[in-house]
Amino acid sequence: MTLKGRDLISIRDLSREEIEEVLRAAKRMIPYAEGRKSSRALEDRLLTLAFFEPSTRTRLSFETAVQRLGGRCVTIADPSASSMRKGESLHDTVRMLSSYGDGIVLRHPNEGAARLAALASDKPVINAGDGAGQHPTQTLLDLATMQEAFGTLSGLKVVFLGDLKFGRTVHSLAHALSMFGAELVLSSPPTLGLPNEVREQLDEAGAKVTEADQVHSAVRDADVLYVTRIQKERFADEAEYAKVAGSYRIDNTILAGAKPRLIVMHPLPRTGEIAPEVDGTSHAAYFRQAFLGVPVRMALLSLILTGRAG
Amino acid sequence: MRELKITPIRNGTVIDHIGNGLALEVLRIIGVRELDKDSTVSVALHVRSQKLGWKDIVKVENMELSPRKVNAIALIAPTATISIIRDYKVREKRAVDLPDRIVGVLRCPNPNCISNQNEPVESEFEVARRRPVVLRCGYCDRQVDEFLSHLA
Ligand SMILES: Nc1ncnc2c1ncn2[C@@H]1O[C@H](COP(=O)(O)OP(=O)(O)OP(=O)(O)O)[C@@H](O)[C@H]1O
Ligand SMILES: [Mg+2]
Ligand SMILES: [Zn+2]
Repeated sequence: MTLKGRDLISIRDLSREEIEEVLRAAKRMIPYAEGRKSSRALEDRLLTLAFFEPSTRTRLSFETAVQRLGGRCVTIADPSASSMRKGESLHDTVRMLSSYGDGIVLRHPNEGAARLAALASDKPVINAGDGAGQHPTQTLLDLATMQEAFGTLSGLKVVFLGDLKFGRTVHSLAHALSMFGAELVLSSPPTLGLPNEVREQLDEAGAKVTEADQVHSAVRDADVLYVTRIQKERFADEAEYAKVAGSYRIDNTILAGAKPRLIVMHPLPRTGEIAPEVDGTSHAAYFRQAFLGVPVRMALLSLILTGRAG
Repeated sequence: MRELKITPIRNGTVIDHIGNGLALEVLRIIGVRELDKDSTVSVALHVRSQKLGWKDIVKVENMELSPRKVNAIALIAPTATISIIRDYKVREKRAVDLPDRIVGVLRCPNPNCISNQNEPVESEFEVARRRPVVLRCGYCDRQVDEFLSHLA
């Protein structure tokens, strides 16, 4: 089992053992990510970051990860400046980029773009988000956050709250958690429930999935409360949006009924889903979660580009 | 059972046991316009069948189907059988069957899928389930269980 030279397109590309390997490596990367230790693990490696859609957060965390390991990267951060505008296909662009560097990190607005890039490239391709499709490094950092807080993933009770229909992070994370025997509780506005297709796949995989219509009661015996954005553009009118968004806002009153060790996660950026007053509590894990994106990506890049875990 | 109400053909292909009403779709897949202009195409609609109750039959002279067309027929008319006729005799007869990967036959129903964006690649689907058939796009993972309107 080795990740060296492999593509990472979907979290489904990784076995449970491989996910555990990444999480172990990520844990060892933390002091390097914090700048307390230094590493040259990627010293002679050059990574190409091809971002055909704006995503400052993900792009910066990849750039940070490469540089913390002494590697270098070249970045396309603005699709309008790229050859894509002149009508060059993604296939040809990737084919060219793959001859320049040692690997490609791709963010693209079309679903399946990373799969296509992996076919066109003879270097490893890491999917940093393809439209409404997959975003496996987000899933890995979510898992790393839970693993760090509880020392394990199995048996955790994870409540998903908010937009479960369009939120791609939820679909991949739910799948991964089911591999680890976590228990999933879904709580969403009626029109934003988990798609049947995703639900069926979870059921087929033997996942423990239940639904909760009351946020208060769902939170009571949960270990993790995973909150997602409810996007305005999903609603017909402003009033409907305000009503739904209001009923999915997490504050200290709701958390008063939670276990002391409950952690609140959010893929960020948050809009109004989590009240700022939660930030000061021991429940708030979303900034730690964002930080862990760096050591997780360091671990992944090191395993894929060198075969070593740092 | 003698059922030849149509003139026998010397060489060609018979697609029999097509589900009732689907013959015109099969013709569309075959691409009748591309055929040799001296070839006869005969279509029998609503024919009694022991196995299916009613069925359609399509017979095309001087043509053998490409694997790709056979796959398309397998998707929309899974009960069909294909017989190759040479010198008036049935030389080969088989049920259509679906391979695990289907390339270039369907368009992905997801308009935002990369396979629909003028990339130099063909669509590709995996069989996610067989009875009834559900396919999954090899690019975007979208599932498809209705094929007629998505034929490429
Ligand atoms: N020379 C021919 N010209 C046109 N059609 C033919 C010719 N020979 C056979 N067929 C047709 O090809 C198909 C297969 O022929 P075959 O004799 O095996 O049919 P069958 O005995 O009805 O078998 P089944 O219906 O179980 O497939 C039938 O639909 C038959 O009508
Ligand atoms: Mg017969
Ligand atoms: Zn697709």
